[in-house]
Amino acid sequence: MTRRSLVAKTYKLYLGGAFVRSESGRSDPTTDHAGAHVANVPRSSRKDVRDAVKAARAAQGGWAKRTAYNRGQILYRFAEALESRSEELARAAVAQQDAALPAARAELGAAVDLLVHYAGWTDKFQAVMGGINPVAAPYLSFSTAEPTGVVAVLAPDEPDVLGLIREVAPALAAGNTVVAIVSRRWPLRALDLGEVAGVSDVPGGVLNLLCGRLDELLTPLCGHRDVNAIVDATGERSKVVDELAAETVKRVSRPAPDGDTLARIEALTELKTAWHPVGS
Amino acid sequence: MSRSLIPVSRIGVEERAAALGRRSIKTTAKRQGILLATSMIDLTTLEGADTPGKVRHLCAKAVCPDPARPEIPSVAAVCVYPSLVAVAREALEGTGVKVASVATGFPSGQTSLAVKVEETRDAVAAGATEIDMVISREAYLAGDDARVAHEIQAVKEACGSAHLKVILETAELPTYAHVRHASQLAIDAGADVIKTSTGKASQGATPGVVLVMLETVRDHFERTRQVVGVKAAGGVSTTKAALHMLVLVKETLGDEWLTPDRFRIGASSLLNDLLLQYAKLDGGHYGRPEDFSKE
Amino acid sequence: MTATRTKLHWDYAPAPESRDAATLKPSYDLFIGGAWSAPTDGTRIKTINPATEEELAEVAFAGPGDVARAVEAARAAAPGWAATAPLERGKYLFRIARLIQERARELAVVETLDGGKPIRESRDVDIPLAAAHFFSYAGWADKLDYALAGRAHAPRGVVGQVVPWNFPLLMAAWKLAPALACGNTAVLKPAETTPLTALLLAEIVQESGLPDGVINIIPGDGSAGAALVRSNVDKVAFTGSTAVGKEIQRALAGTDVGLTLELGGKSANILFEDAALDQAVEGIIEGIFFNQGHVCCAGSRLLLQESVAEEVVRKLWARMERLRVGDPLDKNTDVGAINSAEQLARISELVEAGEREGATRRSITCALPETGYWFPPTLFLDVAPANRITVEEIFGPVVSVMTFRTPKEAVERANNSAYGLAAGVWTDNGAKAFEVASALRAGVVWQNTYNKFDPTAAFGGYKESGFGREGGPAGLLPYVRLT
Repeated sequence: MTRRSLVAKTYKLYLGGAFVRSESGRSDPTTDHAGAHVANVPRSSRKDVRDAVKAARAAQGGWAKRTAYNRGQILYRFAEALESRSEELARAAVAQQDAALPAARAELGAAVDLLVHYAGWTDKFQAVMGGINPVAAPYLSFSTAEPTGVVAVLAPDEPDVLGLIREVAPALAAGNTVVAIVSRRWPLRALDLGEVAGVSDVPGGVLNLLCGRLDELLTPLCGHRDVNAIVDATGERSKVVDELAAETVKRVSRPAPDGDTLARIEALTELKTAWHPVGS
Repeated sequence: MSRSLIPVSRIGVEERAAALGRRSIKTTAKRQGILLATSMIDLTTLEGADTPGKVRHLCAKAVCPDPARPEIPSVAAVCVYPSLVAVAREALEGTGVKVASVATGFPSGQTSLAVKVEETRDAVAAGATEIDMVISREAYLAGDDARVAHEIQAVKEACGSAHLKVILETAELPTYAHVRHASQLAIDAGADVIKTSTGKASQGATPGVVLVMLETVRDHFERTRQVVGVKAAGGVSTTKAALHMLVLVKETLGDEWLTPDRFRIGASSLLNDLLLQYAKLDGGHYGRPEDFSKE
Repeated sequence: MTATRTKLHWDYAPAPESRDAATLKPSYDLFIGGAWSAPTDGTRIKTINPATEEELAEVAFAGPGDVARAVEAARAAAPGWAATAPLERGKYLFRIARLIQERARELAVVETLDGGKPIRESRDVDIPLAAAHFFSYAGWADKLDYALAGRAHAPRGVVGQVVPWNFPLLMAAWKLAPALACGNTAVLKPAETTPLTALLLAEIVQESGLPDGVINIIPGDGSAGAALVRSNVDKVAFTGSTAVGKEIQRALAGTDVGLTLELGGKSANILFEDAALDQAVEGIIEGIFFNQGHVCCAGSRLLLQESVAEEVVRKLWARMERLRVGDPLDKNTDVGAINSAEQLARISELVEAGEREGATRRSITCALPETGYWFPPTLFLDVAPANRITVEEIFGPVVSVMTFRTPKEAVERANNSAYGLAAGVWTDNGAKAFEVASALRAGVVWQNTYNKFDPTAAFGGYKESGFGREGGPAGLLPYVRLT
């Protein structure tokens, strides 16, 4: 009786709501913890970066216009969908990264919980950050926090799933759209998160996941003039990122892994203050 | 010159229009509504590629939309470019379906008043009994109400006994307050019918725009007892959208206004959707596009 | 083929929502300690559909012993719930929100059957807002530090909550969600005439896996509510009439029991000459005829600037005449049934008083069903400030119209009430809108709109309309103790 052979997965980028290969046609092999070949992944190019930023920009207006409630519901659905695949992804970490199963499950649990947590922030950070300014003149003055726009996320190499969700979720919660470069060492599960987003009512272009070599992608992404902010979670404190950002005064943040969740949202919003006379 | 605009709240208008879109029109009401909507259609073709052959096919469909169901009425009118009015008039002779023609440099209106007036006269001479003109948005957006009104009056005179519909092209007006203001301006200048759109701009007869125009016509009627009609054109391509229009008319003006003499829908693909939905009520199954001719 | 013209009459065919969506059990017990149990010293009543007077189901009503039992169950569950990790508490509330959404249609039909409100409202307002309220407060559970400016806090403990019959499920959501988010356990007493959606909520609570005793739902009459607020609870939340609210406040005098009250109102809807008139008329209609006027924040006093009064009254009357009054289950019904025979009697009494005191009554003519409780939308002109219909809350589809000349006069008239729940301000002038809003002694001011609710926007009254807020971070305050 012939043993059934497995249909191996082709890993794709998640870009503009679709699952695509790199426009460069190139790929890189990925290995497991012992150096054995696991699969090939797309080697994103600067044109992929260009396309992703374009998709993110196109989607940003609509995403920001949705009600906070709706964004919260979508992030919660993302959590539901991730929960339903947690066991599979935990076992993948065991196989690929030699993780211990309890620790792998804990990482997924934390990622799901983080999505739930940020789902609950969407309609609340305004109340905490914004408000009425009691100015000393007969004006109604109020400040609202608006999303900064398109956010570039440089995800850490580890933890591959939690580290990515940790930076993507706050950006989305605030109404931004994201172009993220996933873990370089462990890209497979991170790309699977694109599949999870794809079934979660996340509109196309709101989240874009690129996979490739950081030295090829850093300049096109962090130097792209239509990116508004960079979240550098690589842990490397690169001067290059800051210098690239300075060209268009991008906002750069390097949140600590266990840093405050509201602070991650605050770093990706702009406060708008408006005034209106009071008097008839 | 500065205008004084009556305030209109966009959020309030859109909420009311949307609420009326949630009326549930089923069974007998849906059937009657489809027949009523059909009778209010100005079946339209306004393409560079229009030919006498195309217009004749359209007229045949206008007179008898579904030969298998003779209870379905003719539409109200056929609407074409001036060059094809004579063809339409001949094809519709004795059927009761009216011949409407666009004029005045449709759709942009960017031409001289003299040309607009002459085009109108030509269309009427060729047999059009209804003229759909466009207001000069160039003048309106520059704040020149007087010139907008003057043009309407001149075209109305050139119409003779033909009815004048004045297209506001609401997609190009800044706000609902302007829709209201332009509506009243057109009414005061002699419009028999105020019409939302040319169908060539980005947006046509949205429920909000139609509601504001119906309210203007209602208030005008209350003040003067003069009846001015409304035509919703552009974007009304489904039965659902057409029934929504009927609900807007019914609940703003009353049942007496649910007549082709006071309300029209300018459309082309709508007719087939009405026929499809009617057939479903009849036969019980969802239909397919090829069940009806395209013309 | 000759052209034919269709007749000039077109009306909506009956469009009843299907009752199949609602699977009601013939009999419901009390929901205590995560289980259904028969009343020990209570009774069983038949809850009816006020539109038809038909019986819908038998429902257990809690007696004093049952109330005490429920409070004990909540007390027993309190330490475990308070010790539950905040995010985990939130997850139960998220689940409840999602389950409400899944059973939305059924809940809407039952809400309409039990209370008489149009299905359009249950479907489009009550149920979605209830789900949204649970969803929003779910997200506060693990963020209390941010809402309380980092101050140390703890749950109050056990809360006793009494809700009214006008928005049964929504009021239950407004009470339970913040209470649980803050780590409290709860005993909820739904209103006498509308227990059913709360009982379906109990089923949802069970399905969510919420630990036993965290939520207890015990329908009952006024005596059960009175017993609950005087029992071993740490905090009481009451929404209902001002008269009963005052009784509760008296009953709790000298105790440390926390109290929030959401009581009656006689809210003024103020229309200036520079308002967008047609939309303002819609807002007036919405303000007083939504839910048959059974709304604490109903815009029951209409203040019109004299220069536009006549025009507005004409438009308002024409609009009123188009209201569709009838079968609440019909999707095209605008105004449904009065909730009970008692409420109908109260409305009738006040309307008669209005006529006796010299106001001019105009009620629309509409065909009303022979069974059930109905009152036609009504407008009173020539109203004086001291008339009973100006001063007292009618809680029905009746609006009293008065005029004013200046913004100052409008504000004075509006504030001339013992109540202070809501107000509406209609003007196209932003500066005037904000100025009038800041001068009004009302907890909610709607500018160029009316009856807008959101889980993030605080709601509650000034003066005798109550104290405490529901919605937004302010809605958390009553449910925590600062330590």
